[in-house]
Amino acid sequence: MVPGLAYFLVFHYGAFAGNVVAFKEYIPFDGLWTSPWVGFDNFSRLFSDGAFWHATWNTVAIAVLQLVFFFPVPLAIALLLHSLTSELTRRFVQSVVYLPHFLSWVIVVALFQQVLGATGLLNTVLGDAGVHSVDIIGNPDAYRPLVVAQVVWKDSGWGTIIFLAALMQVDEQQYEAAAIDGAGPWRRFWHITLPSIRPVVVLLLIMRIGDILSVGFEQMLLQRQSVGPEAGEILDTFVFWQGLVGGDTGYAAAAGLFKGVVGALLVYAANKVAHRLGEQGIYS
Amino acid sequence: MSAALRPAWMEKPRPLTRAGKALAVVVLVTLVLVPFLVIISTSLASNKEVVDNGGWVLWPTDPTVRAYQQILQGGIVTRALGVSIGVTLAGTLFSLACTTFLAYALSRPGVFGAKPVLLLVLFTFLFPPGMIPAFLLVKGMGMLDTYTALIAPVLINVFNLVVLRGFFQGIPEELYEAARLDGAGDWQTLWRIALPLSRAALAVVGLFYAVSYWNAWFHASIYLDSGHWPLQQVLRTYVLGGAQIADTGMSEAGMVSAPQTTQMAVLVIATVPILIVYPFLQKYFTKGVLTGAIKS
Repeated sequence: MVPGLAYFLVFHYGAFAGNVVAFKEYIPFDGLWTSPWVGFDNFSRLFSDGAFWHATWNTVAIAVLQLVFFFPVPLAIALLLHSLTSELTRRFVQSVVYLPHFLSWVIVVALFQQVLGATGLLNTVLGDAGVHSVDIIGNPDAYRPLVVAQVVWKDSGWGTIIFLAALMQVDEQQYEAAAIDGAGPWRRFWHITLPSIRPVVVLLLIMRIGDILSVGFEQMLLQRQSVGPEAGEILDTFVFWQGLVGGDTGYAAAAGLFKGVVGALLVYAANKVAHRLGEQGIYS
Repeated sequence: MSAALRPAWMEKPRPLTRAGKALAVVVLVTLVLVPFLVIISTSLASNKEVVDNGGWVLWPTDPTVRAYQQILQGGIVTRALGVSIGVTLAGTLFSLACTTFLAYALSRPGVFGAKPVLLLVLFTFLFPPGMIPAFLLVKGMGMLDTYTALIAPVLINVFNLVVLRGFFQGIPEELYEAARLDGAGDWQTLWRIALPLSRAALAVVGLFYAVSYWNAWFHASIYLDSGHWPLQQVLRTYVLGGAQIADTGMSEAGMVSAPQTTQMAVLVIATVPILIVYPFLQKYFTKGVLTGAIKS
């Protein structure tokens, strides 16, 4: 128990204490503890910074797009897989759709460049067909759909696991009874399948809403420069850019702390809502 | 396709429904696999073919492994590959050991302080410390430019911990009691009872750790200088960043492959280990993940 506990104390709680830097003007030469206190100066500077609010807005916009376009996909794939009667086909498709989850973001972004980039597969095919080429990678206007498409490609297969598990637990006899009573496939789907997985769907939805300020840091950092901060900056990359690249440590820590506090409050609130709705929630 | 195993009560689906499903399955599989095919084919294509085709090849007519020979001759990619393998092995070993000890301690009833420690651990899930404080801590501990910086800050993953704890809790209490009556101490119970019965869970958690160490690049990019980078960070710089591998003295013999081919070959090298462990991972993960996820 000791090494594990030590890890959490040092790298989580120890690092956590480092958040005091948000209330200081960090001077590398003096170190963290002897740098002068500045109270809430970093925060007041932050809240009057247009770039910070812009990053917040981008974060929320991307999160909402993910919610609308990414969230239903795993559910749809799970329902499709569940409806396949051939065990072999189902296994095969499952293996294929889980695969991208295990690739790093570097590889996924490189794959997308290869297929959708200026000289990539899609544009060459379009060029051969005599159609005007489209610039998707590196185009700020296409950035949001692009990053959502990447998440869908990488993780929607993985997301099916939990829905499939929920579908497996539906009692076969219910279907059988309904079929004998004359309910067709659609009625069985509507009255048995959907209600049985409702708790899982609601739970995941609430968790996602609680986590709305976190939209793939690595994914965004890899592509921020190709579209510029106007379109590509999110809260996490803002913290990275200001603090680790720009050296404005206290300021960036303030932004990070703001994100952490709001995020924790959102998770807490989402869990409360889950309980209110009679669902189990993430914790009790 | 195997024969359909349709329960007796289920009616035969209409042809249109069947066609729709088949189409959906084909589209799904194609969308996932085509990018892989493009990468592998391009990495194997000859220089001329890549140039003629404008940068990518769907099916090489004259496959060659020259690009692989070049980058593995002992340059930046070879070194990065060594770093990645080393960090992955060491990291997985330490992570798995520490996670197992802590999960075991937290799974046994009556361990002193187990409850507050569990709460302490779960709280970190809700409120991570943040990027800047984590960086300052690593810097303050003098770990900059050491491989420890890639392992220590991510030693235990809370999700993996919860999965293992759930598994240990699922082992029947009678087995533990029998061991205790035979005079086994805590360590012996762990070695002789808990671990052998949790092989599937240990395999999943170990492979999850291995995949995450193999795929990591961000910490390397902020903590290490470029001579010590693992493969993914090299990939990021030279493939996504567009820097030419040839520029960095990778191959003195001069480049005979198109840069595109070389880049794709690096990409394949970074992906292959995942593809190798994937079947093993797949065998266990659904079971392992679900027991953990449902219990938490």
